[in-house]
Amino acid sequence: MAVPLAFFAVFFAYPVAAIVTRGLRVGGRWRFGRIAEVVTDPATLDVLWFTCWQAVASTALTLAVALPGAYVFARFDFPGKGLLRAVVTVPFVLPTVVAGSAFLALLGRGGLLDELWGMRLDTSVWAILLAHVFFNYAVVVRSVGGLWAQLDPRQEEAARVLGASRLSAWRRVTLPALAPAVAAAALMVFLFTFTSFGVIQILGGPRYATLEVAIYRETAQLLDLPTAAVLTLVQFAAVAAVLALHAWTVRRRESALRIVDPGRTARRPSGPAQWALLWGVLAVVALLIVTPLAVLVERSLNGPDGYGFTYYEALKSAADSGGTFFVAPMEAIGNSLRYAAVATVFALAVGGLAAAALTRKAGRLVRGFDALLMLPLGTSAVTVGFGFLIALDEPPLDLRASWVLVPLAQALVGVPFVVRTMLPVLRAVDHRLREAAAVLGASPWRVWREVDLPLVGRAVAVAAGFAFAVSLGEFGATVFIARPDQPTLPVAIARFLGRAGQLSYGQAMALSTILMLVCAGSLLALERIRTDRSGEF
Amino acid sequence: MNSQLRRAISAALLGSLALGALVGCGEDSQSGADSKTVTLVTHDSFAASKAVLKEFTKETGYKVRVQAGGDAGAAVNQAILSKGHPQGDVFFGVDNTLLSRALDNDLFTPFTAKGLDKVPAALQLDRAEHRVTPVDFGDICVNYDRKYFADKKLTPPRTLEDLTKPAYKNLLVTENAATSSPGLGFLLATAAKYGDDGWKGYWKKLRANGVEVVDGWEQAYYDRFSGSAGGGKGDRPLVVSYASSPPAEVADAKTKPAEAPTGVATGTCFRQVEFAGLLNGADNTKGGKALLDFLLSKRFQEDVPLNMYVNPAREDAKLPELFTRYGTRIADSATLAPQKIAKNRESWVKTWSSLVL
Repeated sequence: MAVPLAFFAVFFAYPVAAIVTRGLRVGGRWRFGRIAEVVTDPATLDVLWFTCWQAVASTALTLAVALPGAYVFARFDFPGKGLLRAVVTVPFVLPTVVAGSAFLALLGRGGLLDELWGMRLDTSVWAILLAHVFFNYAVVVRSVGGLWAQLDPRQEEAARVLGASRLSAWRRVTLPALAPAVAAAALMVFLFTFTSFGVIQILGGPRYATLEVAIYRETAQLLDLPTAAVLTLVQFAAVAAVLALHAWTVRRRESALRIVDPGRTARRPSGPAQWALLWGVLAVVALLIVTPLAVLVERSLNGPDGYGFTYYEALKSAADSGGTFFVAPMEAIGNSLRYAAVATVFALAVGGLAAAALTRKAGRLVRGFDALLMLPLGTSAVTVGFGFLIALDEPPLDLRASWVLVPLAQALVGVPFVVRTMLPVLRAVDHRLREAAAVLGASPWRVWREVDLPLVGRAVAVAAGFAFAVSLGEFGATVFIARPDQPTLPVAIARFLGRAGQLSYGQAMALSTILMLVCAGSLLALERIRTDRSGEF
Repeated sequence: MNSQLRRAISAALLGSLALGALVGCGEDSQSGADSKTVTLVTHDSFAASKAVLKEFTKETGYKVRVQAGGDAGAAVNQAILSKGHPQGDVFFGVDNTLLSRALDNDLFTPFTAKGLDKVPAALQLDRAEHRVTPVDFGDICVNYDRKYFADKKLTPPRTLEDLTKPAYKNLLVTENAATSSPGLGFLLATAAKYGDDGWKGYWKKLRANGVEVVDGWEQAYYDRFSGSAGGGKGDRPLVVSYASSPPAEVADAKTKPAEAPTGVATGTCFRQVEFAGLLNGADNTKGGKALLDFLLSKRFQEDVPLNMYVNPAREDAKLPELFTRYGTRIADSATLAPQKIAKNRESWVKTWSSLVL
């Protein structure tokens, strides 16, 4: 527990405290009066209200749409399943500016819906909610589906043999087993949508603002640090309340489960109901996730002289022509992969240790620590980015110009995923297995290697996939600390999008498509590694 | 958790941290804070030809390391926050809308760069103290889609006044003045033209005439504007962008058209001047001064337009053909004193938000 705690103290708590203190302490005196002023401002209350209800609605909608998907991915075997699982994760890494504009192409004026039915959803709350489902679908499918695939279906079957109806067997056997994973996924989605930034800005227009947007405006644009500090505290308080609620509701629910190899639980769907479910889920994925992605690919290929690879070629020549602004795509891919790999290692090490500690210890302190690990998801990127800047600028921690800042910031966001995906699985490991192994004379290290690791191998892979995807797509904090000579793909995309001209736009689309492919490819490779290994056990 | 496991994982974590540190050191020793390197802190749209930067190294022996972060506003605020422990030696990219904030925070050490005599007085907004050096300027203007107006046989608008006329109802899209620098520039253009109180009445009229507001330039230009070849699916033929956007539209065309597909409404412009300055507390003051001289050198100045799509500050810098042929020289851009902007910025943006959003 010491390592993750130290990691968080140095790379999260200290920088954030530094920037908040900077805002609230003026001339050596605390200005707590400012808190009351900002908190009671009707504008703040409006923002808080909107932030809360859109997050609740987004989370509910995401669960409703994605849970059937989680079931289908966990229990059914169908061709292209691995690829599709990688594809649904792609939105997760796309810069919101890019995905937002794809969404506009579908929902906005002159968009697909507009042409077909004269329906326009831009600058409406619907567009925001749908985009949130688009971005977070993978969270539910991957984390709930990950556990679901490992539940032994024979337990449900046994209940049915004993006379339970299909529904009540599911409700009494599977649902309680899944509850912690569902709650964890809901929590992640809630935190993501609660701190939503790009989606709100692009699809909501300037009328809607979340706390995150307000903090960004106060910090990066207006440099009103006192107000930003208070808003950060408000966001903290809200997130802490949600975490407390989460802890309270799931505490008693987690129990040891029979965990089996996922390869044996999935089968081809049988019967019309199962086929209908499979096709229904595929249709939703096609409409909600594949179509916006396809729009981006289409745009990247739709050059001035018809379809072709003009923009991709331009990426190469732009880098050769030698401006500091341009970066060769291969180089940006390399940077992105390198940063993401290092961030994944950090996140797995810190998150894995934390999850292991949380499984083995109980008590109030540990639960507090559990909540602490989630806080980075509820903290705005600009707060962390600026915090890094003013806190980590003196020896012994003078990291102002160090590249390691980037993976560190990315790992902060990755750790909660690692903890949340590993925890339900680790807790589900039957403790008697460990005891039996110990009784038979295995050393604790060997118990872990032979009992826990094989069982949680899949969870580790899922967690690594998340941490990797988060790091690939991270933009908010990266943009503040990335070195311009080593931009990541999202940073390079933002640069192209910030310039006028057809070629710049096309190049941004081409780079986005490359980002998608890199993400999908890496996730497929990650899954491949897992499958190979789990075959041994 | 058991102690052996903990030790094993701690070792792995420390190992990976140490590895990271090692790789980091290896990299940083080439570009770190030795006196042969000068660090330029800037925003993420800074761009220069590598060849030109190499020339600087050849002439002075200093290697330039560029440190960029966020948009112009965020970069300035970052610089202010890291005052005393600056991230580098020279800051580039503070414009006249943020100049007072930077100067009031004592961000810069005075230095008179070579070649300043070739910069028009109107651009030298800190002429008394030389804490900052003007490097480039650009104009934020309403752009129009030539094809739309030709098809409709309608004259494109020319002035701010025109935009409120019924003929141009529901045609204009602009950016949020609170979050976007062209959005703010356009608000300031109206404040300069109509005065401290008059601009509110103007925006009421503009709103009644159906102006649309989106959050950022990317959405306005690529998603809503009908004239950009990139996105190009929008239905608004008028957008707040830059005077240099039309040349950018044709920059990459293989066969150059007779004129750019978009034009500029010359009576709607606000002038943005970008400055550079030597950061207080810089490690490499000498290198920083050399870099400032270089930023004003003819070589760098003539490199500016095609890299950042703005105009060089030096009068004697030659503009590329793309600019002379497709660009528009704006003679009467609106301006406001930086002190005045600093004083009113926040309250104007607040009032604007309540009026227009």
